[in-house]
Amino acid sequence: MIAELGLAALWMAAALAGLQLLAGILALTGRGASLGGIVRPVAAVQGVLALIAFLCLIAVFATTDLSMKLVAMNSHSLKPLIFKVAGTWGNHEGSMLLWVTVMSLAGGFVALVERRLPEPTMLATLAGQAFVSLGFYAFLLIASNPFDRLSPVPEEGNGLNPLLQDLGLAFHPPTLYLGYVGLSVAFSFAIGALVTRQVGPAFARAMRPWVLGAWIFLTLGITAGSYWAYYELGWGGWWFWDPVENASLMPWLAATALLHSVSVLASRDALRAWTVMLGVVAFSMSMIGTFLVRSGILTSVHAFAVDPQRGSFILALLAINIGGALTLFALRAGTVTEGERFALVSREGALVFNNVMLSAILGIVLFGTLYPLVAETMGAKVSVGPPYFNPMGALFAVPMLVILAVGPMLRWRRDSFARVGRSLVIPAMLVAAGIIAMVVVGGVGLLPTLGFALALGLGWASVLPLKGRNLRRTPLPIWGMVLAHFGIAVSLFGMSCESAFSVEKLVAVKAGDATAVGPWQIKLDAVEPMAGPNWTALEARLLVRYGDYGKVTQLDPQSRSFWAPPQQTSESALLTRWNGQLYAVLGGEADDGRWQLRLWWKPFVPLIWLGGVLIALGGVLALLGRVASDLRHIFAREKIAYRRGRMADLQRAQEGEEP
Amino acid sequence: MSPPVRTKAPAWAIWLPLGLFLAFAALVTIGLFRPADRTVASTLIGKPMPAFALPPALPDRPGLGSADIASGKPHLVNIFASWCIPCRVEAPQLRALAGAGVPIVGISVRDSTEALTGFLKENGDPYQRIGADDDGKVQLALGSSGVPETYVIDGRGVIRYQHIGEIRPEHVAMILAKLQEASQ
Amino acid sequence: MRRPASLSLATLSLAMALWLTVPAAAQEEQSTAPFAYRQLDDPAKEQQAQALMETLRCLQCQGQSIADSDAPIAGSMRSLVRERIAAGEQPEAIRGWLIERYGDYVSYAPQLTSLTWPLFALPVVLIGLAALLLRKRFRRGEVR
Repeated sequence: MIAELGLAALWMAAALAGLQLLAGILALTGRGASLGGIVRPVAAVQGVLALIAFLCLIAVFATTDLSMKLVAMNSHSLKPLIFKVAGTWGNHEGSMLLWVTVMSLAGGFVALVERRLPEPTMLATLAGQAFVSLGFYAFLLIASNPFDRLSPVPEEGNGLNPLLQDLGLAFHPPTLYLGYVGLSVAFSFAIGALVTRQVGPAFARAMRPWVLGAWIFLTLGITAGSYWAYYELGWGGWWFWDPVENASLMPWLAATALLHSVSVLASRDALRAWTVMLGVVAFSMSMIGTFLVRSGILTSVHAFAVDPQRGSFILALLAINIGGALTLFALRAGTVTEGERFALVSREGALVFNNVMLSAILGIVLFGTLYPLVAETMGAKVSVGPPYFNPMGALFAVPMLVILAVGPMLRWRRDSFARVGRSLVIPAMLVAAGIIAMVVVGGVGLLPTLGFALALGLGWASVLPLKGRNLRRTPLPIWGMVLAHFGIAVSLFGMSCESAFSVEKLVAVKAGDATAVGPWQIKLDAVEPMAGPNWTALEARLLVRYGDYGKVTQLDPQSRSFWAPPQQTSESALLTRWNGQLYAVLGGEADDGRWQLRLWWKPFVPLIWLGGVLIALGGVLALLGRVASDLRHIFAREKIAYRRGRMADLQRAQEGEEP
Repeated sequence: MSPPVRTKAPAWAIWLPLGLFLAFAALVTIGLFRPADRTVASTLIGKPMPAFALPPALPDRPGLGSADIASGKPHLVNIFASWCIPCRVEAPQLRALAGAGVPIVGISVRDSTEALTGFLKENGDPYQRIGADDDGKVQLALGSSGVPETYVIDGRGVIRYQHIGEIRPEHVAMILAKLQEASQ
Repeated sequence: MRRPASLSLATLSLAMALWLTVPAAAQEEQSTAPFAYRQLDDPAKEQQAQALMETLRCLQCQGQSIADSDAPIAGSMRSLVRERIAAGEQPEAIRGWLIERYGDYVSYAPQLTSLTWPLFALPVVLIGLAALLLRKRFRRGEVR
């Protein structure tokens, strides 16, 4: 019953998307001007209907309705409730429904809230959003229906992959999708602006908060995904340049460039072509990412539910959406004039450099991810991994980070390095100190050394824009920029320390044996069986102490066996201190009764994800600042209009009195 | 403020993203419609097999060394294990080949004497020799990436063919043909 | 840290029984190579070995390095790497030995060959594109 309700809501939402598209086109081409009025309400209702469909699917999973094919294949009655609910999007059809829901809700939200654009541009934007949504509705309803029934009803479900039975599944996909799919709004804005030839500061001011919002979620989603993989997979790695990871990073790179570009366009009326192009590219990367992940065309340890037939469908959507948008851009590029001029050494110049570097990194990641495919068409097999991506990415990231230290202090339009040179002395000295320190420590590779030194310099330089300001009256967006750039420095520091100073120990120990890793002393107390709702496990009790005089704490890594589906996972145990993490994993038992233990001491590794959170937080501050100032403008305008109205009334009253 | 200068972005920069996308679409279309090949083949085909000497896996027959294989007659080297399910599937075909006079030798990977004896009792025993490769070194030296795999090695010790996966009935004729080629 | 709910004795016994009947086949599969799960005594050599292992691909996995995988063949490869490094062999020689047998697939560090040259040409092309874009943009020089 609930499932049928959900399916009906989904069909209705799809129909409304079609109506939204039709009405928008007709209103724009002048053949149905009155239809323009229905576009916004239709978009809002479409969002609500998609949400209803999604909630129905959650309900079906929460109650483990085994007559539904999706539930039978991916869920189990003994799973804890939170994983039943999170399992809704732990499979292809469910996550596709999440995609479509976020897209419709975003479109509806834009329709209700966005009032700053001229009406034709708004209609074109909503029509563009409807067009893209229609493609994905079609994919969902025709090729990936989440509401299929199963007959006969099985006794029990297959269960969810144990690696996904974790809090990370509740958090990572929704935030990631809010970002990933939220970029569709920027895409639609770009299409709308191109169609109605309105690429200018007003368009940028309207688009900016939507880009910020999507980018914040995307940053959080990637950070969460990295941390989840780190503690779940049990090998202490947090990024492997795996195709699925790259699929989430590429939209982020484009969105970061877009974020900066749209700010320049909004305040300085420059970088028009860049902004529109990036608006198209960002969501195109999201769509390409989802294609790469779901088509099975690339092997990945994170891959889920691959199906080449579905891949073809998505590829067709890509061809229409991306091909269409890029053609539109090329054809209309003549009307996208370049706007204001500026010198090489200026804030705009630094941001152009930033855009170019981010695009270069995007190119490297995309090409490196696809190259195994290129090699296969030529009959050979090639692997491209961290030894390629790290140095090639750094090649463009290092200059970008250097300019990042300088850029926020440059003036708009024209400036000189000499003027800002003085304030850069301290960051430069910090960089030099960092390099010297790493060389003295010895044994540290080039990239971690550079990363460490740049992190120190950037950490200082990112706070410099606040110097000389009245801190209480500094606008929120400036605080946001400072915090986000500082977050980059923090994250970079964490990455470099982890790379340079991580220590690993593999030992085989009996109960009562002691060992050490880094500054930690560890004793295996016992290994005992344990059971949970849908698993049994062997749990090791480790007594750990930092240094010679620290407090003794207990760590309990587990080796878990699930039976539906039958799979073994290792649940790592982490102990976080201010200066790093102790990471413990229980391995197998050897013939002589000794237990395998894998232990890592990773200095400053939590800073990697703390930095990511700071970056997102910086975005939140910037967004709050923009929204607040927009609301103030609207308020002020209305106040002025009200006062003008009162003045006019009073004047008319006065004239009425005079004879 | 000077009036905005009406300069366009260069034409190649404007059409480049579309061009790149079309190249991408062509690439993935080819990739989608090609059958997926997830096996990693050895690159030693046509090259001499590496020298090795494995201890006996069972007490009743000798171990396996490269010298035993390069003895003038083409051999089939079968990499297998008792815990490997497709190895049971190919057992009848191996028996048939042994019956046809093909010298078959085995490399057993990560196995124990009891399990191996049990496996041979259940599935037949075509092996003249079985070497125990418990740490997987010979497997790596041959460029093998899993079990079961079967190599056709000629009388001079050159690897002529690698069969990845179990030998199905329809493959037997082809294996015999490869052995025939190898004896030339 | 994960702490399961407290259990009654019955559940615990059931759990033990279930655990013991989980397919024992998994046991045989774990790699028994000497250095699959054992580090070298010399920390400098172990670090060298670790750096190499992180760049070699597990042949049976879905995209993991041999340093990150419990697959038996990854264990065999780890043992091979460690033993050879302990014997004094250079990491690149070991990589070359494996590439000789498995092709470029086994190395996550693409080697510069006639097949992979575009990967290395790309940064050069990108720098060229960047310079072209930036030069054209600022060709007019300073704003008057």
